[in-house]
Amino acid sequence: MEFWKVTLSLLDGLQNTCMIFALTLVLALPLGLVISFGSMSKFKPLAYLVKTFVWIIRGVPLMLQVIILFYVPGFLIGRPILSRFSSVIAAFVINYACYFSEIYRGGIESITKGQYEAGQVLGMTKTQVFFKVVLMQVVKRVLAPMGNEVITLVKDTALARVIMIVEVIQAAQNFASYGLMWPLFYTAVFYLAFVGLLTLLFNYLEKKLDYYKG
Amino acid sequence: MAILEVKNIKKTFGKVQVLKGVDFSMYEGEVLSVIGSSGSGKTTLLRCINFLERADEGCIYLDGELLFDGSVHSKASPKEIRAKQLNFGLVFQDFNLFPQYTVLENVTLAPKLLAKEREDYKENKKQILEEIEENAKSIIDRVGLTEKLDNYPCQLSGGQKQRVSIARALALRPRILFFDEPTSALDPELTGEILRVIKQLASEHVTMVIVTHEIGFARNVSDRIIFMADGVVLEEGTPEDVIDNPKHERTKAFLSKLDNK
Ligand SMILES: Nc1ncnc2c1ncn2[C@@H]1O[C@H](COP(=O)(O)OP(=O)(O)O)[C@@H](O)[C@H]1O
Ligand SMILES: [Mg+2]
Repeated sequence: MEFWKVTLSLLDGLQNTCMIFALTLVLALPLGLVISFGSMSKFKPLAYLVKTFVWIIRGVPLMLQVIILFYVPGFLIGRPILSRFSSVIAAFVINYACYFSEIYRGGIESITKGQYEAGQVLGMTKTQVFFKVVLMQVVKRVLAPMGNEVITLVKDTALARVIMIVEVIQAAQNFASYGLMWPLFYTAVFYLAFVGLLTLLFNYLEKKLDYYKG
Repeated sequence: MAILEVKNIKKTFGKVQVLKGVDFSMYEGEVLSVIGSSGSGKTTLLRCINFLERADEGCIYLDGELLFDGSVHSKASPKEIRAKQLNFGLVFQDFNLFPQYTVLENVTLAPKLLAKEREDYKENKKQILEEIEENAKSIIDRVGLTEKLDNYPCQLSGGQKQRVSIARALALRPRILFFDEPTSALDPELTGEILRVIKQLASEHVTMVIVTHEIGFARNVSDRIIFMADGVVLEEGTPEDVIDNPKHERTKAFLSKLDNK
């Protein structure tokens, strides 16, 4: 009985955890690419602007960013504009997009000039060179660091509690405060399973791209 | 009429003038070798002709028609440049194959992308793609790699990689094929297979410009040879003229240095 009650309650928190994880990933993956293009722009002022932004976002704790995004816009305008959940998502997406952008940039810059030039003398457009020649190689190269980031994201979702979003740890802690300890370990098992699945997924993807070297 | 005419090409990087007014021309079906010590501007010359660099001055004519004029500063659109670029093929010293594609895919990628621009692509898609594959396979056969069709570049030797990159360039049927030291990145025992392929292309009257340090090969395969030094063409003529009876002191010094190796 107690087991089911706890499970249901944890599932509630879990729902938020998973939503934050999935939405952040879906939005930050493409946004990161856009930011990485910005930071590599030949138009220097834009590149510096984007790099400074990335530096700030990566330098300030995510927890603080979540708090700022929840309180400050509402304070400035005089009424709350972002819901708790949207501010968490916004903060996470911006933060993770910046991390991703640096990983993408490393991957893109590691592709030799010769690959672009080979495409160019074969009459490909810039877009074709990027999508047909460069992108797959970048994906292969960024897969491992992206795997690390994604696993960190799973655990970062717990930060949502600083603005009162009940994620899975908060849900477990509520029981602990009544003297019920095992839900904490139950939660730990959940994280292990989640991260385990992701590890398997990334291993699978790396295997899939292992058919060539370079 | 000359198929290619290069006039007074100049190129400066920063403060260094690398090409100081290069002139040469060649006829269809000819093999022209470019020799000269390293740093003399051979690579830069090929890159200027192939639109990988923009020459500061000078003109390039193809079949007597102006292809490039350094004095025109309005920028050509990428599309125009691409169309011009397709007259030429370039084989790089370090191959630059696409690692994620098989040998066949490396050779068919560019022709397939190009075919999408054809007006009849939608109607005849299947047939067009089949033709491209057939053509690619026959070219791969010409360079002797039919058995490696489905291999990836990482599974090939350096010599095989370079043969794929030759096939890849040939698949677009360039008017002129340029080679930038095609054997320099290879172990000595692998240069022979590349030289044989080039020789065979020469016998099929493919128009080629070959930058090379293989003087014996250049003498053997070329119709004409130019010797470059410090960004100019110092001497040009038949292999007998330039290699056996060099007139210029610099040419003599360059050739004797190679002999002593
Ligand atoms: N992109 C570049 N920027 C600056 N200098 C360059 C560049 N490309 C070539 N050079 C210089 O131009 C000179 C000629 O180079 P290159 O054309 O590669 O000669 P070669 O192929 O005959 O050895 C060299 O001194 C080289 O350092
Ligand atoms: Mg060179």
